Order: sequence, then structure tokens, then C-alpha cells
Amino acid sequence: MNILQLSWKNLINKPLSMLLSIILFALGVGLVSLIMLLNKQLDQQFARNLEGIDMVIGAKGSPLQLVLSSIYHLDAPTGNINIGEAKAFLRPEHPLIQKAIPLSLGDSYQGYRIVGTTHTIVEHYQAEIKTGTLWAAPLEVTIGSRLAEREGLKIGDTFFSTHGLDINEDLEHDDAGAFQVVGILQPSGTVIDQLILTAPESIWEVHDHGPASPVADESEDGGESGEGAEDHEHDAEHADHDHDHDHDHDHAAVPLQEQVDKDITAILVQFKARNAMTLNLPRTINENTNLMAANPSYEISKLFDQLGLGEQVLRWLAYIIVGVSFLSIFISLFNSLKDRKYELAIMRTLGASPETLFLLIILEGLLLAVIGYLLGILFSHVGIELIGQLVKKADRYGFTGMTFLPAEGWLFLGALFVGLLAAIIPAWQARQTDIHDTLAEG
Amino acid sequence: MLQTNQLKFAYSGENTFTFPDINCERGEHWLLLGQSGSGKTTFLHLLGGLLSPVSGAIRLEGTDMAQLSGPALDRFRGRHIGIIFQKAHFVNALTVGENLALAQQLAGMQTDYRRIAKLLDRLNVGHKIDSKPDRLSVGEQQRVAIARALVNSPELILADEPTSALDDENCEQVLHLLTEQAESVKATLLIVTHDGRLKDKISKQIRLNS
Repeated sequence: MNILQLSWKNLINKPLSMLLSIILFALGVGLVSLIMLLNKQLDQQFARNLEGIDMVIGAKGSPLQLVLSSIYHLDAPTGNINIGEAKAFLRPEHPLIQKAIPLSLGDSYQGYRIVGTTHTIVEHYQAEIKTGTLWAAPLEVTIGSRLAEREGLKIGDTFFSTHGLDINEDLEHDDAGAFQVVGILQPSGTVIDQLILTAPESIWEVHDHGPASPVADESEDGGESGEGAEDHEHDAEHADHDHDHDHDHDHAAVPLQEQVDKDITAILVQFKARNAMTLNLPRTINENTNLMAANPSYEISKLFDQLGLGEQVLRWLAYIIVGVSFLSIFISLFNSLKDRKYELAIMRTLGASPETLFLLIILEGLLLAVIGYLLGILFSHVGIELIGQLVKKADRYGFTGMTFLPAEGWLFLGALFVGLLAAIIPAWQARQTDIHDTLAEG
Repeated sequence: MLQTNQLKFAYSGENTFTFPDINCERGEHWLLLGQSGSGKTTFLHLLGGLLSPVSGAIRLEGTDMAQLSGPALDRFRGRHIGIIFQKAHFVNALTVGENLALAQQLAGMQTDYRRIAKLLDRLNVGHKIDSKPDRLSVGEQQRVAIARALVNSPELILADEPTSALDDENCEQVLHLLTEQAESVKATLLIVTHDGRLKDKISKQIRLNS
């Protein structure tokens, strides 16, 4: 029966007041830790996907929307741009541009976005093929790992796309051709894990109503289905241009930039180097063309500044809860001293020193803090894991409860400090127990 | 073995108590009698090392407790003196057995559950070893308190008004238990009381006058 055991028994002897203190403490710690985890994982996710993309070109509209839709695939695109207009940026010979990834957006499957693009995107995100191959012919798709895992798609499976980003069977393109899975990518930890990659031609094909174009206005509730008879138009066109092909773009006989009558949604651009010219390029584009260029890291840091306010409010809320739990520990220890006045005096007569009594109460405060901390950490990690697992939309952020932050170690020290602080006055009171006065009266 | 010499005690700013010198041999049973306010409890607490005197000496087996202070006095008290109070107090979060184990631990002794069980059996409360103290009757609590005072085989057992709240029958019984158990560990027993019923039972008596 050592002092730690005695502290523990004292606590569980009053389970209700212990529970209240622990739950409050766990709520405070859990909230702080949850905010840290969300913040960190969001930050990481946003930063990782941003890597290597210096500029996004798309239709005029909100630059943030353009960045969110084309890099993170979170929002509807701003609209479409004509390849003819954007041609210059797609050309491999462009003096400033290292890499240009065209994106044709507009459709999805089970909430996962279908992206019409070139193989450059795979190389850009450093994704590797796990099974099968990269897409070649139109309507062939290579899918991200999470998609394969969550939707159970395998090589050879076929599916119809849905207009927009929502899961809505009414908007299914079941009249157009079905996509067929030809390859699955390795997990890369980037947004590509959630994408369905195909050739831009596939998108055009599905949406081929007259002036061939992907339909990028996802926000619009357009019933785009119908007129399935035109399905094969593209194939004919494809064949027509067959003689043209002179390079390794095996999915497109004609270089994309030459298909000037077609539309795409956005272009992700990586510069060769950052210099005054590349710095001015977005402004030049915005002022002199019908296109819009956005600097993604600037837009995202602006967004995070906005979110930061909400985070601050939550953080303060968490601190207030921690403060209340501090009071709860303090009050419950202080109250228990009144009931335990005689037993503390008795312990003194049995040979306990004042320091032993001090330690006894301090340990009770620390035990409450440690249990509350552990419960809080459990709560935040299970919480973020559940958010990742259950909230389909959150899936793409790659939330996981399995990683721990160094800051949580600091949080532990903080928790110990709060427990210590809450216990120190009651402990001092216990230390001062006057044996003679207490026992002479009782 | 228990001797006091010119023992004086003063509460801050109040009158000074002077206590008679006593000299008890090992294994003897003594009664300390006095009216309320005569300083009985103060004397007991001095003898038990719960208070320190202003001057004078309290020798138990050659150690002058008046010279000890702080943790040394705490340890000495835990190890050599068993005290039974008028009302039995326990650590309520612990069972009867654990309370006795705590007494051993706080005195710096090894926890010896066999001794605890035997002792409780001897006092007829062996079946209560796993009960919480507040589930016990007052009589049972008193027995457990006696067991706790004995658990470290102290040289001196002090009892503060152990019988004053009891009826004649129980009074007799508790006195019998105290003397019998004190003999079993060969301890000196000193009972502080104003209970007249005990006067005829124990012949060695010290009287305090206020």
C-alpha cells in the first residue's frame, strides 16, 4: 500500500466527482489535440499537393475557386478555357514553363473526380502504377489507390460517370460510353489517390454535344444526358488525325495544344525558374487574355489566414474547458480534504510526515490529469480517424488518427502542470494538518 | 521505560501546563485520570509525540522524544507507539485490511498480510478484513482501531477515552481487549480517561489536577 496506490484508491472512492473532473479534463485536452491534429494534417495535405505547382491557369472567376478546384478538387471549376487561347502555355517550347498539366474537369464517379489529363500528372505527383497500365485510349481510366480501396474497383471494371462532383444518379451519363479501369496507382499521399485519370478526349467524348467541350460548370444543375447518338464522333475525328502523330503522347494522336477547337478546364504550371518574368506572368495573363492565372500558394495562405480565426476561437474554447476542469479538480480535491481531515491526522499519527500528505494530494491531482490526458488523446485520435473514415467528403484530406505529434508530448507536460497547479493548494492544506487540534476535538 | 521529566507545555499565549513526572515499566498498565480541561489529552498527545513540549524530557526505551522533530519524530511515533482514539477514524477509501497495511507501510515496516489477518482474527473482526471501515458497527470499528494500534508491535499503547462512549458491558469488553492485547505484544498500556468505571480495574494511576 504505497502512496500512489492510496491516491488512486482515494480517487476511485469518489467515482462521480473523479469522473466529472476527468471528463472535463479529457474534453479540454481532446479539443486542443484535435485542433492540432486537424491543423497539421490539413496543412500537410494542402502543402503536399501544392508542391511544384507555381501557377494555375483557368477561366476567369475566383482565383481561390480555381486553385481549390484544379489542385485540390474540392470546388466546382470556374469554367472552361479554349485550347486555342491557352495554346502557348501548353507548348513544350515555352521558355518559362517547365511543365504544364492540362486538366479537363466536370464529371465524377461516386464523388471521385474524373480528370482528363496527360501522363505528366502521374509523373508530377510521383505516383507509380501498382497494377495495370496508364490510360491510353479514350474512356480508359487509371484510378488512385484510395478509390480502388474504398470503391472496390478492379482492373477491367466499368462505370458511368456522373455530371458534377455530387453523387446523383439522375446526372449519370449512362447514355455515353462507360469508363473502363485499366490501371491502379500506388498510394502517394497526394490528391491523386482520389482521382480517376483519363485522357481529355474521354471527357470530350462523354460530353460531346456539338461544340466539343468538357462541361465544367458543375455548380449548374444541368441535365446533360441525352443525344447519345453522337458517341462516336470523336472516334472518327481521332482516326482522321492519326497521320499527325509524331511523339510519345500515345493517348492523343494530335498534341493537345493543337486541338484548338476543344476546351479544357485548367492548366497546372511549373516554372523553369522563379524570376521577375515568372513573377509577372500571372498579371500579364490576367490583364491581356481572357484567361485567369492564380498563384496557388498565395491563395491557400490567404484561405488559411481566414480559417485561422475559427481555429483561434476553437482553441480559446478548449483553453476555457481546460480552465474549468482545473477548477473542477481544485474544488473536488479541496472539498475532499474536509471529509478527510481525520484520516489525514490519523495518517500522521501512524508515522506519515507532512510531506507524505502533501505528496498524496499532489499525486491525486496528477493522476486525474494523466487519466484525463490519456482519455483526451484517445478521444481526439479516434475522433479524427472517424472523421476520416465516416465523412466521405473528408476522405480526400487523408485524415488519420494513427499519427502522433511531438506537440502532444508538450500537451502532456501541460496537462501535468495543470494537475499540479490544481492540487498544490489542497496539498499544502493537507500538509498543514494539525494532528493535535484535529484529534483533540474529534 | 516510559519516563517524563519536568514536562511543560504551552499553547501560544495561554497558560502553561506542567505535568507530573511519570515512570512506567515495560508491560505495565496505567490509568491517567483527570477532569475535563485538566490537560489529559494534551499529556497524551505529548506522550504520543503528536505535540512537542516547551521543556522537559519524554523517554521511551531510552529515546528522548522531546529531542526529536519532523520526519524523525513521525517515524519514531509510527514505529514505537500505537494510539487509540475515543472515536475510531480510518482511511475510508481503504478496506480494514488495507488500513492496517497502511499503518505498517507508514511506519516503514514490511506489509505483512498474515499478521494483519491473525490480528483481526484475534480481535474477532477477521471476517471484516475486506470491508470498508464505514460499514462496520462502532464496536467493530473500535476493535479494528485496537488492531491497528497493535499491528507494528509497539512498545507503548496510548488510549484516549476508549470507553467513555460505551455501555457497561462494552466498556468491560474493550478494557479486557486492551489489557489482553497489550500483554500479547508486551507493550506498556496507558489509558487516559475520566471514566470512573475503570478506576477499580487498573491499580496504577496518575491523577492530573487542573
